[in-house]
Order: sequence, then structure tokens, then C-alpha cells
Amino acid sequence: MAAEYPSAAALYEAAKRVRDAGFRRWDVYSPFPIHGMDEAMGLGKSWLSGWVLFGGVSGLLTAALIEFGPSSFLYPLDVHGKPTNFFTVPAFFPIMFELTVLFGAFAAFFAMLTMNGLPRWYHPMFNWERFTRATNDGFFLAIEARDPRFAETGVRELLEKSGGQHITIIHED
Amino acid sequence: METTPTAPGVNGEAATSVARPLVRVPLVLNRRNFSWLTERISGVVENPAPRWWWVAFTITASAATFGLFCLGYQISTGVGTWGLNHPVGWGWDITNFVFWIGIGHAGTLISAILFLLHQKWRTSINRSAEAMTLFAVICAAIFPGVHVGRVWMAWYLAPLPNNYGIWPNFRSPLVWDVFAVSTYFTVSVLFWYTGLIPDLATLRDRATSKIKKFLFGIFACGWRGSNRNWRHYEMAYLLLAGLATPLVLSVHSVVSFDFATSILPTWHSTIFPPYFVAGAIFGGFAMVLTLLIPARAMFKLHDIITPQHIDKMAKIILLTGSFVGYAYMMEFFVAWYSGNSYERFAFWNRVFGPYWWYWWVGMLFCNVLSPQLFWFKWCRRNIFVVYFVCMCVNAGMWFERFIIIVGGLHRDFLPSSWGLFIPTWVDIWTFTGTLGIFTSLFLLFIRFLPMIAMSEVKITLPEADAHYGSTTDHHPVAPGGEERT
Repeated sequence: MAAEYPSAAALYEAAKRVRDAGFRRWDVYSPFPIHGMDEAMGLGKSWLSGWVLFGGVSGLLTAALIEFGPSSFLYPLDVHGKPTNFFTVPAFFPIMFELTVLFGAFAAFFAMLTMNGLPRWYHPMFNWERFTRATNDGFFLAIEARDPRFAETGVRELLEKSGGQHITIIHED
Repeated sequence: METTPTAPGVNGEAATSVARPLVRVPLVLNRRNFSWLTERISGVVENPAPRWWWVAFTITASAATFGLFCLGYQISTGVGTWGLNHPVGWGWDITNFVFWIGIGHAGTLISAILFLLHQKWRTSINRSAEAMTLFAVICAAIFPGVHVGRVWMAWYLAPLPNNYGIWPNFRSPLVWDVFAVSTYFTVSVLFWYTGLIPDLATLRDRATSKIKKFLFGIFACGWRGSNRNWRHYEMAYLLLAGLATPLVLSVHSVVSFDFATSILPTWHSTIFPPYFVAGAIFGGFAMVLTLLIPARAMFKLHDIITPQHIDKMAKIILLTGSFVGYAYMMEFFVAWYSGNSYERFAFWNRVFGPYWWYWWVGMLFCNVLSPQLFWFKWCRRNIFVVYFVCMCVNAGMWFERFIIIVGGLHRDFLPSSWGLFIPTWVDIWTFTGTLGIFTSLFLLFIRFLPMIAMSEVKITLPEADAHYGSTTDHHPVAPGGEERT
């Protein structure tokens, strides 16, 4: 069951009410991220950062491997008599830095998509014709029927009380 | 510009001249609302292309085509078609490479560093600046790629053993450069595309034809503006900005290592990394303004890219231009202070040698003196002065790279091997061709993708705030804007 709200502030207030009512399977939709909405929905910090750390560390190790592997073991090149052992490491820093950033950025991008369940080209919300405004100037809140606390009349009342308009039921297909 | 009823004093450019130093001028003028922003920005893509677009595209695409022909001719004939010879083995090609890479710095600076510094005015310009970055790096990558002579051997740059089992020398700055530039390009694409996803969803939801809906739909990845998605999205964007910030500073540093690690007078210099980075940001911002000022006029985006935005970019040009001027001075001081006769001669030669006017016009007038106009507010607010300075900087930064590269090479240690660099028609047209490729790609970009980040500009409106006013009244702001947190 979904409702439309007239502004970001109204959606924010409504989200706090839905959170306090104890719902779990619900979401709000807005054309831009609303500052403070994560707290209003009772969501914590995004741990996407963990994946980025993992990506960065693996980039650093990859760089160390592809630099020390060939230069110290597989085919040591004697250039200007410079060392080929561990003491050559300062000259390896630029590539270590670049690959740390590269792998970290890939991790950030793909973790963002994966944690959001994207790409997902089908979603029940798209069945609602008003929902095209979610990427323009519309603010929406939807509570799923799968939520254990979901009861049609109660949810409708909650959405109405919080200022929701155009309250409707959206079907899966 | 069509007018909508607005409060007195906030009408267009007049608002910014109101002397109220403690009140922030709104970033979007005339109290435009969310749907106006969507309409106006999407309209650039959705409405038929204006006639000037076709005229401009015909010219730039012709230059690009001829440039590609020159590249084909050069590859099939050999590097000899360029004016390279002893002692000048790096001529226009590497000059162009450094020039384009430098231009490619403003985009990521705007999107990453200004994001971390909470500079909200970046939202009006970051998308087009990032696109410009990508196109500039594409143009840059052409030159070293072709400069290697046998382009089909370019895979020797990859970290793979060649056909004799020899690996690349990872201690070489040229190999670092390959990693730096390709990482920069890849991360810039990821950053740009991440920012594009919500706006592609907007275009998908507005698309009228099936094919457009399908294509925008594919690339929007099914984005629906869910806050559970925005949560991870914002974290990803923040971390990409955090990763891109040291990256943007590293790329031109690594480019400068190509020169600084050699023993050539004027190249062998520890000041190079910060000097190159400042110059890159300087040239990049000039190019952003060069492209955005006409685009803003053509598509009537004056309420989104306001005089305030141009003013702030002009201040960054003034700041980085002064860094560059300081670096030029420091180079001369160090040359004198070092007591090294080769170093002293090289700098004397820079000012009074055969390429003297490159220094006087390009470096001194265009890069050091012309941006000093931006100390004056009326210069920063006058579009023609701003455009004049930007054109000076665009040209001046090319001259600077030419002076550093060819100026360093043409007077060798041995006077018997002195010589000058004479560009051939292939040199000239390859460079013109990359100007054509760059502008053609930019023209295509503004026709096919939203040139302003809609979802980000919307955040700067006062009514985007979760604590804004009441739920029904959309316009209770005092004229002239209010303080935002």
C-alpha cells in the first residue's frame, strides 16, 4: 500500500511515524536523497565502506604482487644498477597507490549496485502511474503487505493520518 | 528567458548584485521548483536539436574526421610524419598529451574535492565538467599511444611479459603514467556513471518513445529513488569522492615525474608535481567555463548556472593561476640559486632564446597576468572578460607545456646538437583533430545525457530540507535567499 506526500518535509514526518509504528518492510521514494531520512526510517550507517576497504587492500596487494613478482623474482631487470630487492619499494609506490584507488572504486560501484539489488528492471512500484514522479518531484511511501504488522485498514489509517494522498494498493504484477 | 511570478529582488541576475553580504544568494535563482528543474534540464535532451547545434557539430565533426585521417596516415607511414627529430624527440604530441590531461583535472576536482568540502554550488556544473574530463582524457590517451610508433606494440605497456619474456620496468615513470592515466579514466567513468543513474531514471520516466524508454531503462539499472537505495548510494558516492581526491592530485604528479626524474635542465625539478597539479586545475577550470558559458546561453540555464557560479570558478582560476605564477618565479629563483650553469642558461634561454615570445605571450601574459583581472568583481561578473581570460588560459597552458617540453630539449648540453622543432601539417591537424573530437563528444553528450545533475541540484533547493516550513506552503523564504545548513 502506497501514498504520495506533498513535500520532502511531509515525507520525513510520515517516515518517523511509520518507523515508530514498528513496520519493517517499507520504503520511501524521493527524487533526491533527503538529509536525515536514514534516521527517520531507523536505518543505520551503510556498511558499504567495508567492501571499499576490502577492495582497496586487495588492490594494494595486487600491485605488490605484480611489481615484486616480475621485478624481484621472474625477470629482475638491472636498470642503472638500482636494487631489485625489497629496497626498491619507493619506486613501486605510485602503482600501489593507483591500484588501491582503482580496486576501491570498483568495490564502491559494484557494492552499491549489489547491496541495492540493482540492476533490477522490474519493480511493483512501477505499476503505479503516479510513481513516474518519484524521479521528478514526487515523494512516496510504501508499506509492503508482507510486513508482519500489515493490516489493510490500519495501514490506510496510518498513511492518511500522516498526510498521505492518493493512497492506493499496488499489486505485484 | 520566460518569467514566472517571483518576489521583488530575486529576479535573475539582479539578485546577485544586491549588497547583502551576510545573506547567501540562492544557488538556483527565481525560486524554481523541482519540476521546473526536471523540465528545463531534461528539455535539453528531449527537445529537437537547435540549428546552432547542427552547425557546431558539422564543424567539429569535420575537424575530428580529418584528425582521425591524420592519425591513420601517421600510423601507416610512421612517426616521421611528425616534426620530431634530434634533439626534439618530444614535440607537439607530448605537449598535447599533457595539455589534454591537464584539462581533464577540473571535472574530478569539482565532483570530488568540492563535494568533500561541501561546496554545494558544484552541483550545477559537476556533470558537464566530469564529461569534459572523460573526453579530455580520451584525447590525451591518443598521443602517447600513437607516439610509441608501432601502435600494435602498445600492449608492451601492460604488466605482461613480452614475447622475449621480459616484463615492463615498474620503476619507470612511463609505466607509472600508464597506470595513473588508465586508473584516472576508469575511476572518472565510475564516478560519472554513478552520478548519472538517478538522472537516467528521470529520463526513463519521462521518455515518450519505446526505444528511449528501453535504453534509458537499461542504463538506469531500475533506479526508483528508494531511500534504502539512496543510503548505500550516498555512501558509495562519498567514498568514490574520497578515493578520487588523492587520485586527481596524483595523476598530474605522475605525469610530471616523466620529466622530473630525467636529468635535463628545466625538467629535473622537485617543484614539478604541485606545479603541474595547480596548472592542470587552472587550465581545467578555464575549459569548463569555455564550454559552459555558451551552453548556458544556448539552453537558457541562467537560473541554474548563475553569475555566482561563474564568480566562484573565476576565483579558483585566480587562485590556481597565482600558484602557477609563483611556481614560474620559483623556477627562475632556483635556477639562479643552484649555481648550475646549464640550469641558468636554460632559463635565460626560455626568456630570450628562439622561443622567447612563447614565454612572454603564453606564460607571462596569458597564464600569470590575465587571471589577475579576477581580483576585480566587475571582471568576474562580466561574461566577456571571463571568456577572454579563459581563452587566454586555454592557449597559455598549451604554450606552457610546449615551453617545458620543447624548450627543455631544443638546447642540448652539446651546442652541436642544438635544433628547433618545426611542426608538420600532420602535427597541426592531429592537434586540431583532437580539439574536434573533444568538442564533438561534448556536443553529443549535451544532446543525449542530462548535462546538469538534476538529483543533486534539487538538494540545494530550500524545500529539499526535511525540516523546511510547513507541509503545504512551498515558498515562505525571504527574498534573496536564506542561510542553509
